[in-house]
Amino acid sequence: MNNDHLVDVENLVMYFPVTAGMLGKKVGDVKAVDNVSFFIKKGETFGLVGESGCGKTTTGRCILRLNEITSGKILFEGQNLAEMKDRELRRMRRYMQLIFQDPFASLDPRMTAGEIIGEPLLVHGVAKGKEYEELIDELLRMVEIDPSMAGRYPHEFSGGQRQRIGIARALAVRPAFIVCDEPVSALDVSIQAQIITLLMKLREELDLTYLFIAHDLSVVRNISDRVAVMYLGKIVEITTSDELYSHPLHPYTISLLSAVPIPDPVVDRARERIILTGDLPSPVNPPSGCPFHPRCYQARERCKTDRPELKHVEGEHLVACNRYA
Amino acid sequence: MSERILDVKDLRTCFFTENGVVKAVDGLSYHVDKGECVGLVGESACGKSVSAMSVLRLIAYPPGIIVGGEIKFKGEDLLKASEERMREIRGNHIAMVFQEPSTSLNPALTVGRQISEILELHRGMGKRAALKECVKLLELVGIPDAERRIDYHPYQFSGGMQQRIMIAMALSCNPELIIADEPTTSLDVTVQAQILEILAKLRSEYGTAVMIITHNLGVVARYVDRVNVMYAGGLVETGRTETMYAEPKHPYTLGLLASVPRLDSPKMENLRVIKGLPPNLARLPKGCSFAPRCNYAVERCREEKPVLEEVGEDHYRACFCDADRLKRRF
Repeated sequence: MNNDHLVDVENLVMYFPVTAGMLGKKVGDVKAVDNVSFFIKKGETFGLVGESGCGKTTTGRCILRLNEITSGKILFEGQNLAEMKDRELRRMRRYMQLIFQDPFASLDPRMTAGEIIGEPLLVHGVAKGKEYEELIDELLRMVEIDPSMAGRYPHEFSGGQRQRIGIARALAVRPAFIVCDEPVSALDVSIQAQIITLLMKLREELDLTYLFIAHDLSVVRNISDRVAVMYLGKIVEITTSDELYSHPLHPYTISLLSAVPIPDPVVDRARERIILTGDLPSPVNPPSGCPFHPRCYQARERCKTDRPELKHVEGEHLVACNRYA
Repeated sequence: MSERILDVKDLRTCFFTENGVVKAVDGLSYHVDKGECVGLVGESACGKSVSAMSVLRLIAYPPGIIVGGEIKFKGEDLLKASEERMREIRGNHIAMVFQEPSTSLNPALTVGRQISEILELHRGMGKRAALKECVKLLELVGIPDAERRIDYHPYQFSGGMQQRIMIAMALSCNPELIIADEPTTSLDVTVQAQILEILAKLRSEYGTAVMIITHNLGVVARYVDRVNVMYAGGLVETGRTETMYAEPKHPYTLGLLASVPRLDSPKMENLRVIKGLPPNLARLPKGCSFAPRCNYAVERCREEKPVLEEVGEDHYRACFCDADRLKRRF
């Protein structure tokens, strides 16, 4: 147990059962998160990237115990959330909040912005009466929305403004840790930049720790201190953000990075692009050996049979690839 | 000069709503040449999709109506064409790949049925021939095991695969122009690259002209020959890709470029924000519609509406500010 770690995830496993037939007989498992371990230091932003369906959102939800985990440990300031009873968990949730991906689906259309932001205050008994009103005003100002708009309903706001309301709701109970699940992927690039800048400002001001989940590597780079790359329920590479972008080691990370477009036609056309063939394989029936081998441009014979473990390569850089084993 | 296949002039499309008249497209002009790949870039609700729908006359009335302008397809004014003629144009000559394949495909029909229906109607093929052609089309867009998968329903495909099916559908009648409306939004970067490569391949192999509509200038940099930047219903800048990215002449283009985080420049130095929100199209400000968000706005911008003016070879912008003052740093 390390003192400067806020969150420690150890051997986290989350299987969704696959059922068939009228009686709902279990016929298999979707291995959404398959033995994942990492830690998040206090005050840092930990990026989690990967393609859709790789299990990054499930990992985030498991950490908040929004999904029942199959096995593993989740330590939050040393306390194991995985073993907590509901009542204890509810108390802990005050310190851990979530910002959702879709600003259109995650706000109740029948509540005003003020009510949405105020609900966690009431649920956790943080404030009431005059203090409650003041807090809502303050939260709205924090996310740069005019407090006079508190009486409006979600449909009266644009996508970017709604995401700001979602952020204010997460901040309401003064959490220490926020899971940001693709907070900008549904927004226009111009608005994305605004939201990222806001999240970074809030992190400084309020001393927050983020788990930042996204599929866009260029966004993650800007906000993260360390980054983990996930593929088919497993982490294939973890390192500092600078290291990941300057010296990626896993072939999957390398191909992901090469697919990110650069907004300059001359530079982008000159760049070599590794286009991955096919889609993510099914997590019900993951490939043998290294899960990435059917799409890997550097796969060798042994990758079909040997499953690489996540190993330290140099310093803080961990990779799960047979080339470095 | 190469052959011009689509020439849109001063297009105006309005929606009559309870909150007033929304001028979704307001005096928009652009063109697409034969075999060319053009980008139409702008934020949500700037009128880019509506302008594409207008070209195919797919605007539902009420509330929407094309109130003016000219849409010439190989010299023929589509706004004057009969509904019958339009039906021939759609699909046969101009095809559209819609946003969000998951909602654009019919969930109740197999993909084979959906594509062969087009082939039967537009190309007069028999059922069996249509299915055979359908397999060929799916193979063309890189769907493995196409022969078996024509019997699949849309939900059995991933988002990227559904988008390929949409492209296969658009291709089914060998159109001269494909309009792809945000074809890669909501897809992973890896799949994004695959889809754009397919569009690029079609263009080089079949000479199909492609217009890609997107909000992300980064995504299309590699693929397009020319870029049209749209704001609040009209073009603010247009030019060849190389010059536009190297020397944007409109503050909005500059802002859009600066909002895209770049992997090849130092962290954090590259993210600059366009302040504020896109304007309400029912209540546009007087003068330049970008002025309230613009760092370079001067008094004149709030009074007078700028029009497109030449600033370089094949490079036009609608702005009053001193072009030399614009720096890459927004």
